[in-house]
Amino acid sequence: MLNVNAMTWRQSFRDRLVQCVIYLSVLFVCAVFSWILFDLIRGGIAHISWEFLTESPRDAGRAGGIGSILVSTLLILLVALAAALPLAWTTAVLLAEYVSVTSKFGVTIRYSLQVLAGVPSIVFGLFGSAFFCIYLGLGFSILSGGLTLACMLLPILVSTAEAGLRALPESYRLSAAALGMSRTATLFHLLLPAAAPTLAAGLLLGIGRAMAETAALLFTSGYVDRMPGSLMDSGRALALHIFDLSMNVPGGDTPAYASALVLVVLLLCINILAMRLVYGLQRQRIMTI
Amino acid sequence: MLNSILRAGAVISALVMIMILLFLVVESWPVLTHISPLQFFTDDSWHPLEGAYLLMPILAGTLYASIGAMVLAIPLGMASALFIVYYAPPYLALWYKRLIELLAGIPSVVFGFWGLTTLVPLINQIHPPGASLLAGILILTLMILPTITLTAYAAFVAVPDEYLRNATALGMSRWGMIRGVVFPAARAGVVAGIILAAGRAIGETMAILMVAGNVVQYPDSLFDPIRTLAANIALEMAYAMGDHRAVLFVSGLTLMFLVMVLSSMAGWLGKNRHA
Repeated sequence: MLNVNAMTWRQSFRDRLVQCVIYLSVLFVCAVFSWILFDLIRGGIAHISWEFLTESPRDAGRAGGIGSILVSTLLILLVALAAALPLAWTTAVLLAEYVSVTSKFGVTIRYSLQVLAGVPSIVFGLFGSAFFCIYLGLGFSILSGGLTLACMLLPILVSTAEAGLRALPESYRLSAAALGMSRTATLFHLLLPAAAPTLAAGLLLGIGRAMAETAALLFTSGYVDRMPGSLMDSGRALALHIFDLSMNVPGGDTPAYASALVLVVLLLCINILAMRLVYGLQRQRIMTI
Repeated sequence: MLNSILRAGAVISALVMIMILLFLVVESWPVLTHISPLQFFTDDSWHPLEGAYLLMPILAGTLYASIGAMVLAIPLGMASALFIVYYAPPYLALWYKRLIELLAGIPSVVFGFWGLTTLVPLINQIHPPGASLLAGILILTLMILPTITLTAYAAFVAVPDEYLRNATALGMSRWGMIRGVVFPAARAGVVAGIILAAGRAIGETMAILMVAGNVVQYPDSLFDPIRTLAANIALEMAYAMGDHRAVLFVSGLTLMFLVMVLSSMAGWLGKNRHA
């Protein structure tokens, strides 16, 4: 009896110890996260104003704002999405609706996308500078940067859209077939509208990923911080602006803090919106079942 | 009609991967034909402008930084995932999971910037110069923590409920249940996540470029600056010509193969989860 008591005491002591360690780790992670956020806010909030958001940078970014850089970022993003979305969504529709999971074609495409998802962003940068800038002759331009980013976004857009289509109940497809709808009509009038929230969530995640990217744009869209006149001009993305200010411009810390704060706030908003879409969808599904 | 459009789209998506491989090989071909790969290991130093291409210290730096980050991030990530699944009350678990997801969305350049302005001066007070292997490891840890946490979380959630009920019915303590039942059942998924995180750590560029000091050398201690493979590409690509440029493409190719092997391993593990 005594022996058993000693064992349970030791076990409960061990349980407590592990629990303490886990709580401490979690506290530590939260503390570091708030430390980063607090630092960014303290360093950048005083510098942010309407002028900062709309003016072009002067004196290598030490003065002026980030207006032209926001425009370049937006243009790069639009090019990337315009190139990646049609490809990604057709691929997802094919993989989810028209090809069986085990067919050779589907497996090959899925494997190549899975590998693509793991490729480091600097390798995308190398590829982009060799293919888009030099081989296709686009040079350092917003177009090359956007197309490079499009390659990077493909896997995440495909996997979210495919998951969204697969999550639709089988009864939708069966009922449509029973009503005599063609597969094309089912796709456009039933499946895609029903999966729209997940498609939107995937889109937002892709936008977040694209805005956060630096290494792939380093040798493709270039460093020029003027207002871009066309898609063939070089344009500096916001993330690259932060990198340049902090590494190459002495005395650029304050605008770098402010730009980092702008970027992080934008990304937090986009990611929270995407999460809302996904969680809201889950709740809705549980309620309808 | 629609079918063929869809197929064309899918084939183009798959081609992207092949194009990337093709272009990396084509661009590194000049070097692969007239420089023996042995030179990467036997040259005296890394002085690419004088034709000396010793990659060993850079490879070593990459490995040290990644391994150090894994050592720190695995326990923290596992603890976070266990907290979300087994320890936290539901609302706290949800909030903490969202926090980790948001952490995953912070760009690497912001981590690098924070490391440069906060962490590096702190380390500099303990032991100059501050920009060091240690700073790189700490920043990498923060960046791969979400990957490890979220994959381990998915693996823990997938453990069948009846296992847990049986363990409880046998009177196992909470930690006893986690160690004896949950870990073995979730092992494949957790390991797959760790391998994915290792791939991310090896390929990470901007953050480590900003905090690790970028000196080509074998580090003697945690406080010595290092240079990684990815950072090397980002630093020298701007002015590299001829053979030098091709060597950078070779290192890109190496990086890609490393990551491909790792992600295939992870994929294989994930598939054989219930074997």
